[in-house]
Amino acid sequence: MDAIKEFFNFFADPRVFFLLTTGAFVFAVWRRDLFVKPSVGYGLQIFLVLFFGLGLLDENFRLIIGKPDNVPIVGLIFLLLFFTWYSMRQAVLNDQRIANAEPVAEKVEEDRVWVWPDLVYIELICLVLCSVVLIVWSIVLKAPLEQPANAAATPNPSKAPWYFLGLQEMLVYFDPWLAGVVLPSLIIVGLMAIPYIDTNPKGNGYYTFKERKAEITIFLFGFVVLWSSLIVLGTFLRGPNWNFFGPFEYWDIHKLEALTNVNLSEYIWLRGLGVGMPSHWLFRELPGILLVSFYVFGLPVVFARTVFKRYYEKLGPARFYVTAFLFLSMLSLPVKMLARWLFNLKYVVAIGELFFNI
Amino acid sequence: MADTKTVAPKEGALERSWNWLTETQIWKSVFRHNAPITDRNRVLVVLSNVFLHLHPVRIRKSGVRLRYTWCMGGLSFFLFLTLTFTGVLLMFYYRPTLEYAYTDIVGLREHVPLGIMREMHRWGAHAMVITVWLHMFRVFMTGSYKPPREFNWNVGVIMLVLTLLLSFTGYLLPWDQLAIWAITVGSNMARATPFLGYEGPGASLLALGDVQLIHAADDARFALLGGTFVGEGALLRFYVLHCVGLPLAIAVLMAVHFWRVRKDGGISGPL
Ligand code: HEM
Repeated sequence: MDAIKEFFNFFADPRVFFLLTTGAFVFAVWRRDLFVKPSVGYGLQIFLVLFFGLGLLDENFRLIIGKPDNVPIVGLIFLLLFFTWYSMRQAVLNDQRIANAEPVAEKVEEDRVWVWPDLVYIELICLVLCSVVLIVWSIVLKAPLEQPANAAATPNPSKAPWYFLGLQEMLVYFDPWLAGVVLPSLIIVGLMAIPYIDTNPKGNGYYTFKERKAEITIFLFGFVVLWSSLIVLGTFLRGPNWNFFGPFEYWDIHKLEALTNVNLSEYIWLRGLGVGMPSHWLFRELPGILLVSFYVFGLPVVFARTVFKRYYEKLGPARFYVTAFLFLSMLSLPVKMLARWLFNLKYVVAIGELFFNI
Repeated sequence: MADTKTVAPKEGALERSWNWLTETQIWKSVFRHNAPITDRNRVLVVLSNVFLHLHPVRIRKSGVRLRYTWCMGGLSFFLFLTLTFTGVLLMFYYRPTLEYAYTDIVGLREHVPLGIMREMHRWGAHAMVITVWLHMFRVFMTGSYKPPREFNWNVGVIMLVLTLLLSFTGYLLPWDQLAIWAITVGSNMARATPFLGYEGPGASLLALGDVQLIHAADDARFALLGGTFVGEGALLRFYVLHCVGLPLAIAVLMAVHFWRVRKDGGISGPL
């Protein structure tokens, strides 16, 4: 039993967890013919039921999963996995129909039906089921109420509400101005921009993957792998001092994690060139500033000329650069994660004087 | 042929009273038409009912399928209504001041027999965040944001943000440890807003001579909390936003959203 727990604790380590989720995602998209099999879909749900069911036997697991406010996230895990599988399944089935020159499922059913009763009774059933679930949930699980607010007693860990924990998890890799302000704003802007930068007229009003490969892959990566799995990580796997704890691990306040992160400037001036840190921040941080500028301004141009030339021609300059910028902003998170894990990189640009750290 | 004879079915007591009831003036003043079992009445029932007329009269068959919409938009709306209802009930018991906020919640827990309004409100709010996310997910996967529905997708994104803000502002109201620290962690981010937060990049550049324009008592976080920490001002601000400002905003946007779903040609489908 302990060996199994150790096994899961190991896989829950942020590095392993993130790489594993990404790997599973790549596999699910690449071998979607396998992923969408009913046996895989139901198998995953059964695995989750077993994992959470058996896991609850463990005291540490119960403590964190059983927190009333964490229960919705358990639901989210089930639902998200199910709907990812389900929508991909419908997409793949439609793709097969298209390949066989048959109309897609939604096309077959294009004739109109009466809203009363055809739609109204479905709505009624959904509404009743939803009410039942909500009422049972409310009877079984009491809303939490802790000690009265006390500004002097900071709980450890202090966590934001669960839907913001992906952002709080980003604080490990980015400073608050990026993780808490700029990147969330870019998420909103990016979502709003989607209809205007996606000029592909296909796949409007039916499930398909083949006709929208890039769009769906990018969206799923952002929504399922980055946003949602970081919420799961931030909620269940981060304990006191925002240290990592496996799902079956005791939250030990005294757990120490060595912080040996190093700034890029230090890598370059001290370890690389061995000349000592320049005294002016502009000079000190020049390599980092150049690197970030290249990432933000140079890379899109390189993309436009090389690998994504086709997209550049299709989208035109304005759309292409906006898309590239948003895409690179999204990727900045995994890029920074990898840099942290591989090189213990703290900041690429570190201008503490101006609160400007990247 | 000759020996077929139509016999009027015998009316039972139930049927007779039903017939009587539906002929009364009161009934007829409420329901303007007969049961929706004929096509004509199906049209009338949808057109003459203010709630049902959010729908079109007829709709593509693929669009009513759970398989297609997952009913997530509908459930988001239903949860919003549930939250409004339970929220109004909670407002009867709750006063947003440092003195009463916590004890009112304690009272609600201990003195209201079989009370589940707080639970329904809290779990309903969590559930709504999830259904709105899944709704967006489904709209994306069916490509329904593509023309002509770009604008409605944007209305949706704003409602998504409002949903999160509603949830966030409500989180503070019980005024327990969970509440103030979650809001403290969340609102600390505003301190780092570029230029507008006093620990944000560039804020120190905004100065008139020696006078810093942006400091702890006038930056973005201060505007959010009505103070330099999560205290009385924040509680009142969050309460007003949670109970009045944000629900009004999202309700208006929902009206726009539903209107546009219809004006953009109903639930999307392949051409
Ligand atoms: C506050 C929450 C929201 C409510 C109550 C709501 C409600 C609805 C409803 C009832 C529909 C009809 C079809 C369906 O149920 O799927 C719908 C459609 C739609 N929603 Fe929402 N919605 C919300 C949030 C969003 C968000 C966050 C987005 C996108 C970012 C969005 C974008 C759309 C679009 C584009 C359609 C048209 C879909 C089609 O024609 O297939 N909505 N919404």
